Amino acid sequence: MNELHYQLTDIDGVFVLALSLLLGFEVIRNVPAVLHTPLMSGSNAISGIILFGGITQLLAAGPGEILVVVLSSLAILLGAVNMAGGFFVTHRMLDMFRATSKRNTEH
Amino acid sequence: MGILYLLATLGLVQGLKLMGEPSRARTGNLLAAASALLALAAITWACYRPETVGAHLVLLVLLLVAATVIGRVWSYRVPMTSMPQLVSIFNALGGLSAVLLGVNQVLAMGILPANRFGSTVLMLGVALGGLAFTGSMVAYLKLDGRKLPRGNRLHRLGARLLLLGMLLALALLWVLPDASGSLALLLMLVAVASLVYGILFTLPIGGADMPVLIALLNALTGVATLLAGLIFKDPVMLIGGILVGATGLILTAQMSKAMNRTLRSVLAGSIKSARGGAAESEEQVRPVTAVETASMLAFGKHIAIVPGYGMAVSQAQQAVYEMQGLLQRMGAGVHYIIHPVAGRMPGHMNVLLAEANVPYASIHGMEEVNDHMDRYDVVLVIGANDVVNPAAESDPDSSIHGMPIIRAYKAKQVVVFKRGMAKGYSGERNLLFERPNCRVLFGDAKESVKAIIDELKRI
Repeated sequence: MNELHYQLTDIDGVFVLALSLLLGFEVIRNVPAVLHTPLMSGSNAISGIILFGGITQLLAAGPGEILVVVLSSLAILLGAVNMAGGFFVTHRMLDMFRATSKRNTEH
Repeated sequence: MGILYLLATLGLVQGLKLMGEPSRARTGNLLAAASALLALAAITWACYRPETVGAHLVLLVLLLVAATVIGRVWSYRVPMTSMPQLVSIFNALGGLSAVLLGVNQVLAMGILPANRFGSTVLMLGVALGGLAFTGSMVAYLKLDGRKLPRGNRLHRLGARLLLLGMLLALALLWVLPDASGSLALLLMLVAVASLVYGILFTLPIGGADMPVLIALLNALTGVATLLAGLIFKDPVMLIGGILVGATGLILTAQMSKAMNRTLRSVLAGSIKSARGGAAESEEQVRPVTAVETASMLAFGKHIAIVPGYGMAVSQAQQAVYEMQGLLQRMGAGVHYIIHPVAGRMPGHMNVLLAEANVPYASIHGMEEVNDHMDRYDVVLVIGANDVVNPAAESDPDSSIHGMPIIRAYKAKQVVVFKRGMAKGYSGERNLLFERPNCRVLFGDAKESVKAIIDELKRI
C-alpha cells in the first residue's frame, strides 16, 4: 500500500465507529413507511462497499498468487453485483414512486 | 486522496439521509451511488503501486464492468412482486464477499492481524458474513415459496452448540499465549460454523416475521462491512458499514414494535402455540358472493382496502387499482390502509401499490385512520389476516395480544377475501370473521376482484 492511502489506526477506527454510530441512528430516524423498502435496498447497496477489501487484496497480489487472485476477484464480483444491483433496483423503485405521484398531481 | 475519501464519505451520509425523505429519495440514491463510485476510484488509485501486476488492474476493471451489467440486468428483469427475494439475494452476495475476504486475507495471503483486537474483529466479520450469507439464502428460498423444514428442537440445539463453539473460538484468541499460529485453523472453523449456523438460525423464522428477519440480515451485512473497515483500516468501508447497520437495526426495531413482539421471540420463531381445539368448522363464517360484494360497494360512500401478503401472492394489485378507479367514478372515496408489517419485507405493500400506479395520496398508515374506522361503509380485507384480528385487542390469552391492528371490525361492513379457511401466520383464529358485520368472499383474490369489477360495470 503506498503512502497516499489514508489509513486509520485501531483507536482511530474505534473513534470513528462510535461517532458515526450516533450519526447513523440520527440520520435515518423517522423514515415514512413508503420509503422502507427503497431505504433498505439502498443501504443494502452501500454494504457492497465490502468489495474495497477485495481491491486492496487483488492489487497487492504478486504475479504467481493464483489463489489470492481468485478469492479476491470473487469477493470483488459479489460485492460489486450487490452494490450495482442494489443501487439500480432502488432507482427503479423510486422512479416508480415518482411516476405514481406525478400521475396523482395530474388528476 | 484524503479529500476524495472525505467527499465520498459525506456523500454517502447525505445520500442516505435524503433517501429518508419522499421528495428527495431519488436524488439521495444517485448521490450515494456517485459517492460509492468516487470512493471506488480513490481506493483503486491508492492501492495501485509500481509493483502491482498490470493484468490484475485490467481484471479489476473487467470485474467491475461485469458486475454492473449483471446488477443492471438482474434488477430490472425481476418483477416488482419479487422484490423481497431480490433484496435477500443481493444481501447474501455481500455476506459471502465478507467471508471470502477474511479467508483470503489469512489463509491465502498469510497476513495476520497485528494483535488480538485485530484477530477478534477479523473473526467476527467472517462469522457475521457467513451468517448473513446462508441466512439470506434461506430467507430467499422461503420468500420464493419453497417448502423448507420449519426448524425443530434438533435444529435449535445444533444452532446453540454452533454459537457456543464460535464464542469459544473467539475466547481462545484471548486465552492462548500466541493465538496467531492457530488463527488460520480457528478462522476456517468459525467460517464453516457460521455458514451452518445461518441456515439453522433462519429456518424457524417465517411468514409474517419475514420483515423483521430481512431487516436484521441487512443489518448484519452492514456490521460485517464495518468490521472489514476496521481490518482494512478504511474509513469509507467503516462508515458505510455503520450506516447500513444502523438502518437495518432501526427497521428491525420498528418492525418488531409493529408486531408487539420482542426481537428475541421473533428469532426463536416461537409464537405461543395457539390454543388448539377450535376446529375450523366451528368458526361461524358467513360467505358472500362477488355480486353481493359489488352491490355493497356500489352503495358505499367511503371504502377502505386493507392489503396483505395474499394480495401479493395472487398478483391482484392491478385489478384492485382498476376497481378503485371504477368506484371513484361512481362517487365513492377509496382509501388503502397499510399495516407496517403487511407483506414480507418492510414497506412491501407500498412497493406493490406503487407498481400498480395507486396514487400515494390514497394510501394511509394504520395510525392515521384507526380512530375513525367507523366512518367506512365497506372495508375490503384482501389477503391480510392477523393484522385485522380483533383478538389482538380483546383476548388477553391470544398469541397476538397487544399487537397493534387495523380496526377493520369497527367499519359498517367488512368483506374478507380468502383463498380457503387457512388461518393467519399466527395460527390464531380470527375473531373478525365471527363478527356480525363481517362476510367472507372465498376464492383467489385476483379472480374475486375481477368478478366484482365485471359486476360494477353492469350496475
